[in-house]
Amino acid sequence: MRRVYLDNNATTPLLPEVFEAMRPYFAERFGNASSIHHHGQETRAAVESARESVAELLGCRASEIVFTSGGTEADNLALAGLMAACDHVVTSRIEHHAVLHAGKHLEEIGCEVTYVPVDGRGLVDPGDVRRALRPNTKLISIMMANNETGVLQPVEEIGKIAAEAGVHFHTDAVQAAGRVPIDVRRVGCHALSISGHKMHAPQGVGALYVRKGTLIRPLFYGGRHERSRRAGTENVPGIVALGKAAQLAKEALDRGDDKMVALRDRLEQGILAQVDDAGVNGEDAPRVPNTTNLHFDHIEGEAIVIALDLKGLAVSTGAACSSGAIEPSHVLVAMGLRPDQARASIRFSLGKQTVAEDIDFALALVPETVARLRELSPRYKRQAIST
Amino acid sequence: MSELDTIAVAMSGGVDSSTVAAMLRAEGHNVIGLTMQLWNQRRMAVHDGMPESVQGRCCSLDDVYDARRVAQHIGIPYYVVNHEERFERDVVRPFVAEYLSGRTPIPCSLCNNHLKFDQLLIVARQIGADRIATGHYARVAFDEARGRWLLKRPADRSKDQTYFLFGLTQEQLSRTLFPLGGMTKPEVRELARKHGLALAEKPDSQEICFVPGGDYKRFIDAYLAEQGESLPDTAGELVTTAGEVLGEHAGIHNFTVGQRKGLGVATGSPLYVIQISGANKQVVVGEEEHLYSRGLRARRVNLISVTDLGEPMRVAVKIRHRHEPAPATIERAGENEILVTFDEPQRAITPGQAAVFYDGDIVVGGGWIA
Repeated sequence: MRRVYLDNNATTPLLPEVFEAMRPYFAERFGNASSIHHHGQETRAAVESARESVAELLGCRASEIVFTSGGTEADNLALAGLMAACDHVVTSRIEHHAVLHAGKHLEEIGCEVTYVPVDGRGLVDPGDVRRALRPNTKLISIMMANNETGVLQPVEEIGKIAAEAGVHFHTDAVQAAGRVPIDVRRVGCHALSISGHKMHAPQGVGALYVRKGTLIRPLFYGGRHERSRRAGTENVPGIVALGKAAQLAKEALDRGDDKMVALRDRLEQGILAQVDDAGVNGEDAPRVPNTTNLHFDHIEGEAIVIALDLKGLAVSTGAACSSGAIEPSHVLVAMGLRPDQARASIRFSLGKQTVAEDIDFALALVPETVARLRELSPRYKRQAIST
Repeated sequence: MSELDTIAVAMSGGVDSSTVAAMLRAEGHNVIGLTMQLWNQRRMAVHDGMPESVQGRCCSLDDVYDARRVAQHIGIPYYVVNHEERFERDVVRPFVAEYLSGRTPIPCSLCNNHLKFDQLLIVARQIGADRIATGHYARVAFDEARGRWLLKRPADRSKDQTYFLFGLTQEQLSRTLFPLGGMTKPEVRELARKHGLALAEKPDSQEICFVPGGDYKRFIDAYLAEQGESLPDTAGELVTTAGEVLGEHAGIHNFTVGQRKGLGVATGSPLYVIQISGANKQVVVGEEEHLYSRGLRARRVNLISVTDLGEPMRVAVKIRHRHEPAPATIERAGENEILVTFDEPQRAITPGQAAVFYDGDIVVGGGWIA
């Protein structure tokens, strides 16, 4: 069966060049980057050159990059590392669980957390962030791009607010890195999280930018790796891959490659032209080029995802809970969607490997699938009778 | 393979439904495994102070893990679908409300009617399956002469689950397969071993899936606490059948008809709960002989083997899961209501339970005991 993958916000396939770059570091170049000898020097050089590539993608110095096991660790390091008991942090209701649940943990250990709302477009109002500041506020953590809608948040304005107030600013840029240009100086952040597997590097590697001079407490204790900010022997193949992926992403961004946005827009408009009672979540907000989140009213998104998967198209809805079942998206609910609309929403997310034929495949499949589901949906029938 | 051959199997992570999936797959059907996420066990743990390890088994991560491993082993697509909202609305809340009004509910039947053979069947059809298969011990067959789908008792009488399935409609039965209907439990385990299923020896689950350890009183307390509702005051008098007040009781939901222990009164002869009155919160106790009666009214009746009940009909009626069907006559007593008259008095006819009517192996229908 032909399979088309449009769930790149969940994870992306390795690009062939990235795989080639990391391949030697599994067996041939196996050294511990902390070792004095030849083997260690070889891998140390690879790690540091990857650090430079990542720094270049984000517009920072190499020494400001801390490699982690992924986006979740980067977010946790930022929140736990910049906060102490009785401190206050301002974040939003639409953050990834890596931030939301880290925030819940902070509350349990005596911190205060304010979760600012978003409007119907999925945008945080910087004014809300400013108004939420308190004398004991130490940190603002607002994501750069939302994982479910792709909506880009006004991080530069929030960075200015943080600077004026003299508080730290962290942004989770996991869904933005490699997709839109990032310059940490313009953003004005003190910390910024990225994840390898959302940008065609493998799962299990990520990084946190930490602005020079920002004191951050580590999450784990051990060796003095990563300038004592992250103990543990480096995941060298992963780090090398992240470096290569960052380099490729930077080159594509510099070229001003806009193929992806054209594909995404064709998918979005093509579906909406063929399906009634559907719309884009976050339509009027700026979005990353690869994501569209559509609501197909009167049916369960869960059934759409399964039906499409059985026909070879991989998409997603909401966030999967531990059993693999789908829970109503906290992001869409925060945007004011009714719970049934939130559950009727599907995320399509493109990757660098996505080609025009993939979009054709989706355009041929999605409208007929939605029609079939609606035909068999008691909710749709009731609605059809009442109108 | 044509779409007609696509069957969705409701997989609970137990031996029975896992074996069904393996059987149908081996027969060459296009099989899709589905597990319903119905209840988040951790919800009650918070209010109950109980460790998760002793929580109920329904939708536990272990069961989903087992179901998923079976699906991977036999090579079928597998999905978990979330029906927590419907389950709470159509099963859990009625379960609590029934106890609080002095009845003894059967959540499994509600789950079959509202979830498994309704919501899950809709999802199954939406994703391209025309039929659904479950691991229930029961049989379904189309009867040409009557022009109706019949629900029948299974080969293994000791595992008979037709009592919980009396609410199935003709449409639901026409799209349902019970592949274990002709097998005994040991045969099912043997088949599970033959298919290499690691869970072939997994013990059967007996208790109500969302009630940890079967302690429904504790569950009701925890659920109401979680909902921010206080337990309604259902305390009242404990009276004898002669109307003599013996004392007070703490709440009618603590009692079930036929109950002997825990009445909180000491008398010479053993006392049993004879009747629970939701209206005046009285619990009536008496001697064992008072537990026996010959009649009951079944409400919200669903008929399966017949379209209607014109004349009174001779059947055998089962009034609880572990009850041997007893000879009786049923007759229409009103809209959706049937009067059951037993040949011999039956012990502890319990409001809230189901009365299911059998004609030999055939389920005629059933209703809820008023």
